Parts: sequence; structure tokens; C-alpha cells
Amino acid sequence: MNELIGFVNFHLIPGIVLGSIYALGAIGLTLTFGILRFANFAHGETMTLGAFVALVVIDLTNWHVLATLPFAMLLTVLTVLVMDRLFFRPLRTGPTVILLIASFGLMLMMRSAIQIIWGVDLETLSKGLAIPWVLFESLRIFPKHLLIVGAALLLMLGVHGLLRHTPIGKAMRAMSDSPELARMTGIDTERVVMATWITGAVLAAAAGVLLAYDTHLDSRMGFRVLLPIFAAALLGGLGRPYGAMAGGLVIGVAEELSTYSWIGDGPLVSPGYKSGVAFAIMIALLIWRPSGLFRGRVF
Amino acid sequence: MSALSDRPTLEFQGISGGYGGSEIIHDISIRVGAGEIVTLIGPNGAGKSSVMNATFGQLQINGGRILLKGEEITGIAPEQAVRRGISYVPQVSNVFPNLTVQENLEIGAWIRRDDFRPRMEEMFALFPPLSERRRIPAGALSGGQRQMAAMAKALMVDPEILLLDEPTAGLSPRFRGEIFAVVRKVNARGIPILMVEQNARQALGIADRGYVLVDGHCRMEGSGKDLLANPEVGAMFLGRRADEETSPAPNPGSEAPAVDGSTTQSMRP
Repeated sequence: MNELIGFVNFHLIPGIVLGSIYALGAIGLTLTFGILRFANFAHGETMTLGAFVALVVIDLTNWHVLATLPFAMLLTVLTVLVMDRLFFRPLRTGPTVILLIASFGLMLMMRSAIQIIWGVDLETLSKGLAIPWVLFESLRIFPKHLLIVGAALLLMLGVHGLLRHTPIGKAMRAMSDSPELARMTGIDTERVVMATWITGAVLAAAAGVLLAYDTHLDSRMGFRVLLPIFAAALLGGLGRPYGAMAGGLVIGVAEELSTYSWIGDGPLVSPGYKSGVAFAIMIALLIWRPSGLFRGRVF
Repeated sequence: MSALSDRPTLEFQGISGGYGGSEIIHDISIRVGAGEIVTLIGPNGAGKSSVMNATFGQLQINGGRILLKGEEITGIAPEQAVRRGISYVPQVSNVFPNLTVQENLEIGAWIRRDDFRPRMEEMFALFPPLSERRRIPAGALSGGQRQMAAMAKALMVDPEILLLDEPTAGLSPRFRGEIFAVVRKVNARGIPILMVEQNARQALGIADRGYVLVDGHCRMEGSGKDLLANPEVGAMFLGRRADEETSPAPNPGSEAPAVDGSTTQSMRP
């Protein structure tokens, strides 16, 4: 019994929390891929930016972390739209590999800018000691974990509503299916591109803030989770937002479960290497099933 | 009759053009009058699809003019063409496969500012097989139904003219008949149609007029009946197919096969 409680407390719950954060990041990545046809390497830094905006707001106002989300989202969206105008839009008509390289460059620029503005030190969003609720005398649930998963679920529900029930969301899915046909149908593709950036940036900012809330933040935070987020998007099938949600959860849970003592007494994978799990999943996918679990686009 | 009412809906005046450096169509002059079905026939690589692409600015035009109801639209961007009233159903990827049939029609109405739901119900009435399948992804439809969905989507804007690029390509003879029947039904609503076709006999059978394209040149033009009877056309296209298509070509007055979705579905479990 203790064994099971330990498994849930220290592996399953953190896995679900991490997984829902990965899912938010992966949706943005997969949407950008589906509509703009390139893998955006700067997506991780977009998350970092959101987290630092939250830090600034908290320093100024001492508000709760979740209350900073609208500000983090707004500033991140504005930044991403400016970057699209400056870097991606002029390259849009060329081969998409140019966009990919541009996003790599942008990633380096963004990280440097963040380091210049906020430094390279470790920061935290929530000060003070977190005290968990104890259920059944042993199951420990941290309120912040509930808030993180709840916020992530709400945002995913929002994405679902956007994609299924709004004209612009349907146009986004249409353009992801066939940009040529979308143009012939009279869809204003630049507007759809803009909506895609906005959606991706909102989710990235949220993912960054929630990740920083869960642990801590520093200028390399986004880059560290870029790989698992790519793995999640790939697992769900590139261009498939619902796949990215599932993929994020799978990768997050897999990372945390890998450190459980499945064989013997020690952790199966040393916690220091747990990010290697996402990498291993990604390599296995690329070899055996590059279209992902839900048949997305092949790179 | 005044000159104004004689003005064709779509007119190509000596269009030459191609992709990159190579010219594919040369000095093409065609016109589609109000309410007409006009078909372009010709062997593979004759430049039929290039003529369609020219209308949508997808072809580099080296000479000539394209007029829509007398207004020049040469080299117009695709998203502008549909706003002017030209709806195009490409041969392949003509629906959004991950969107449901109904969502495809909604997206088809993208440029409309008004309430398009009555139009959508009209389309479902025109294509009954689609009505039953409005909630399933268009990618799961059979070939014939997908063509219907593509046409319904293109008709959502109430276009001035409908362009169809080989609507029966890859379909079995039975479903070809269905599609041609649908084309006539659409045309009966007063929408002029320009249709590229491989199945020359059936296409000429329903067309008011036809043009024969060979090597990017317009070799012949005439009424559907005249071209069908023309021995040269017969030798070029119809003779080879005589043993394939034993049934006589449907003429505009005859009963075409009914549009029947239940049988279409039985092809795909």
C-alpha cells in the first residue's frame, strides 16, 4: 500500500502535472507546424518569456501566479506577432526550411535578450512553503498541482472550442489540411496565420508560467523542455492538436514514471536522466512510426 | 439583343502561358456564355488544367486577357478570384479531409457576410447523399461523394461561374454518370460551368459547347453535338473508348442516372 501511495504521490501526480504543461506547449508547436509548415524552435523561448513576464507582474503586484496569466499571454502574443512580422512573414513564400532555420536563430536571439533583461539566475514565482492536502492519511495533493492541471484543462477546452466552433478555428483546420484549397476558397491566409500565432503564444505563455509555478524558472527553462514538447507533438502526430494533448500527457507521465523503482530498490532511470526518456521516445517514433500515434504529417 | 447581354460570363482572349520558363498553352481563346456548360477535352498534357489554373492566377500568363463579365481579371490572386465570383473545384484535394462535410460547406461560405445556412440546406437538398453524412469528415467519403462535397462547397458562394477540373477522374462509369447528372442539375440553376474532362463522350453529351485542346493549342470548337459527330474528334478521343463505354452518350434531354447515395456508400463499408 505504501508502495502504491508513494508511486502516486511522487510519480503519477507529478507526471500528470508535467504532462499537462507539455501538452499546452505541444499544441502551439503542432498548430504552427500544421499551418505554417515548419517546426518552430523558438517555441521554448516563447514559454520562457511568458514566465518572466509573470515574474515581473508578481514582483510589482504580489498577485497570485494564475492572476498574472493574462499579462503573460498578452505580452507574449505581442512579441510573437512582432517577430512574425519581422522574421517569418518576409520568408513565408520561400521554402519552409528557411523558416525553420530562422526560428533557430530567433531562439538564440530571444534567449540572449531574456538573459540580458532578467539575468541567468534561478527565480521562483511562488514564495513560501507549499503545504499539501493529505487525503486518506497518505495521499498528498499540492493545491498548486490542482491549479496547474485545472488551468491547463481549461485552456485545452478553450482550444477545442476555438477549433471546433469558431469560424477562424475551422479556417485554421482547413488551412492545416490544404493551404492551396484554403486560398481558392477565399480564406484570408494571413489572418489565419495570425490567429495561429496568437493561439500558440497564449498557450506557450501559459505553459511557461505553469512550469515556473510548478518548479522554478531561469533563462534556459524553455530550451530544456523544447525536446519533450517536440516529442509530444510528434507522438500525437504533427499538425494534430488533439494528438499533442495526448502526446504531452504521455511524455510527461513517462518521464516521471521512468524514475520509479520498477526493478529493484533504486529508480529505474536516475532522475538526472529523465529528460532522456522523451528523447528515446522521439527517436523510437522517428524510426518506427514517424507519423505519430494519430497519423499526422511526416517531417 | 444588346451587346451587354451577349457578353460572356468568362472569356479568354488569346491566352498564352506556362510555368517557369516553358509555355504550355498558346493563344487560347474560349468563352463561356451565361447559363452554358462548356467542356474542354483533349489528351493528357494538352494544357486543359493549365487553362483552369490561368483563371486563378496559378499560371504565369505571357499574353492575352481573361475577362469575367467584361471585366479584366488576368493574373488575379486565387483568394480574389473567388470574391469576384469564380468557384473552382480542383481535380484532387478539393475538400478539406479533416473537416466534416458541413464544416467544408461552412468554410466554402467563408467570404459571405450574410447568413449562409439557407444556402447550405439548399446544397444538402441538391446533394442528398451529403445531407446524411454532414457530420462525418469529408476525407471518409467515397470518391463520387467527395466530388459532390467539393461542388457543394464551391457553390456555397453562389458563384458567377463554376470551374470543374476532371470531376469524374478516377470514378467508375456508374458514378461518372451520377456526377454528370449533378453537373446538369447545378447548371439548371443558371450557373455557367467550364469543365475539363477526360471522358470526352459523356462530357460532350451534356455540354452546350466544347473546345478540343491539343498540345496547348485550341484545335476545334463547336457545339457538343457537332463535336461528338465530328469524325476527327471521334478518332482522337471517342474511338479508343468505344469498347470501354458501350452505352450511348446521354444527350441533354435524356434521363441521367439518379444521384443515389446509398449505393455509393455500399462501395465503401
